[in-house]
Amino acid sequence: MSVRSRIFSAMQQIAEEQKVTLPPLQDDLSLHETGFDSLAFAILVARLEDDLGVDPFTVADDAAFPSTVGEFVRAYENVPA
Amino acid sequence: MSPPEIFALREYLGPELKGRTISDARHRVSLTDILRHSCLIGRSRELSGRSVLLATSGQLLSALAMIELDGIARRMLLCPPDLDPDYIQALLADAEIDAIVTDQSLRRCDAGAYLVVGAGLPEWAPVGWKTERATEWLMLTSGTSGLPKMVGHTLDGLAGAIIADGPARHPNATWATFYDIRRYGGLQIFLRAVIGGGSMVLSGPGEAIADHVARLHAGGVTHISGTPSHWRKLLMSGAVANFSPRYVRLSGEIADQAVLDGLARAFPHASIGHAYASTEAGVGFAVDDGREGFPADLIGQNRDGVEMKVVDGSLRIRSHRTARAYIGAGAPPLADAEGFVDTGDMIELRGERYHFVGRRGGIINIGGLKVHPEEVEAVINRHESVRMSRARSRRSPITGAIVVADVVLADGTDAGRHETIRTEILGRCKDSLAAHKVPAVIRFVEPLDVTAAGKLARADA
Repeated sequence: MSVRSRIFSAMQQIAEEQKVTLPPLQDDLSLHETGFDSLAFAILVARLEDDLGVDPFTVADDAAFPSTVGEFVRAYENVPA
Repeated sequence: MSPPEIFALREYLGPELKGRTISDARHRVSLTDILRHSCLIGRSRELSGRSVLLATSGQLLSALAMIELDGIARRMLLCPPDLDPDYIQALLADAEIDAIVTDQSLRRCDAGAYLVVGAGLPEWAPVGWKTERATEWLMLTSGTSGLPKMVGHTLDGLAGAIIADGPARHPNATWATFYDIRRYGGLQIFLRAVIGGGSMVLSGPGEAIADHVARLHAGGVTHISGTPSHWRKLLMSGAVANFSPRYVRLSGEIADQAVLDGLARAFPHASIGHAYASTEAGVGFAVDDGREGFPADLIGQNRDGVEMKVVDGSLRIRSHRTARAYIGAGAPPLADAEGFVDTGDMIELRGERYHFVGRRGGIINIGGLKVHPEEVEAVINRHESVRMSRARSRRSPITGAIVVADVVLADGTDAGRHETIRTEILGRCKDSLAAHKVPAVIRFVEPLDVTAAGKLARADA
């Protein structure tokens, strides 16, 4: 399963748990529009770290936090595994 | 002549009660005959009025030395087995120790500076001690890191709850505890055995739980105490089948409903209760109705000389059972100006009962919202398949921290059910906890570490 599909699958799982209705996930969707609050993103980042072995937002001190789904996915794709 | 108002342990030991013993895995010593012999070897007469470190390898020799030296020594410092040797020198100085009772070679301190007296089984001619003074009992707190704090108690205060209960309330009891008796929780049981006219079976370091339980059974143990972590470990061991104590007590950590119910099922004929006590605050109260938390009306009253109040969410206790002071130069005050000790245990009123929610220092901060790991654990532990759990903080680039949980499942849980159980636990956490308290990640793990003091090891606490 690709990094992208793992991220989307984790997001769908969390959306279900948090009773959030996710709009269709696409690159230009802003993270704000996903309906995730900061707690949901914190959960997402923690679970992805367990799944993918990396937390791109902690690895680099200067990591800019992404503002769209596409940027979020790329943050994971760009980290050397 | 001993002043009549001073009672020492020896006054509770005499030839009248037959068959009293204290034992560990290797030896059994008669308490009935204890005053007819000495366990001290060498210049023991010179211990009168001294500040004495009890540094024995096992609990049994410490027990015998406590019996012999209470009322004789100026001070006794009880030395738990897990004490970091690097701290000994500083503690000896703070406690003004000038004598050491030991069965070991002294490597870590300059033995020449102290009167050193050997300790062994009570096979030596009696010294003929007469109670001379109220000995100060020094104990170390069970904090997890750094130089332990040292507090001073008197026997009168240490035994306050035992005397209030009526020392003869449990005649012919054989006591045991999973604690080491050189810790506050264990010392309470030792004192109950001595003062109440009973016998005692000591725990053994590193002893397999099945062997320990076999010894408890063989020793006829009727009354036993431990931390909730000790008890969960016992319930998980499958070793309870042949053991049927009449009296089961929990202290030292939060007794949640799951462990109370688990013990009620395992020991259907036992009285099961939990007690609140700490090395600093002494014994606060006991709860015998089988329910977690404690009745709200215990706060604000004076019951058996114990007064409790809640300030800034933490339990404060004033009574003559609290420690007298922290010991050492520059030691902070133990109590506030009115004599209340801040326990650091946070409590919350829910309906008619107060519930313990955790330690003040153990709070996890999730983007400014607080959670006590213990309140999350209490919910997780209610799941039938869960034996124990540990909620802890994990750093998060989003919220600073999040809660994650390590869960130990009951023996024989089908691995194929893990996902179902995970979903059920998350569902229950959501039903009873605020969103930020629900664990972001649940891991199933092998048994969790328990510290030498019998408490769940919390690396982040």
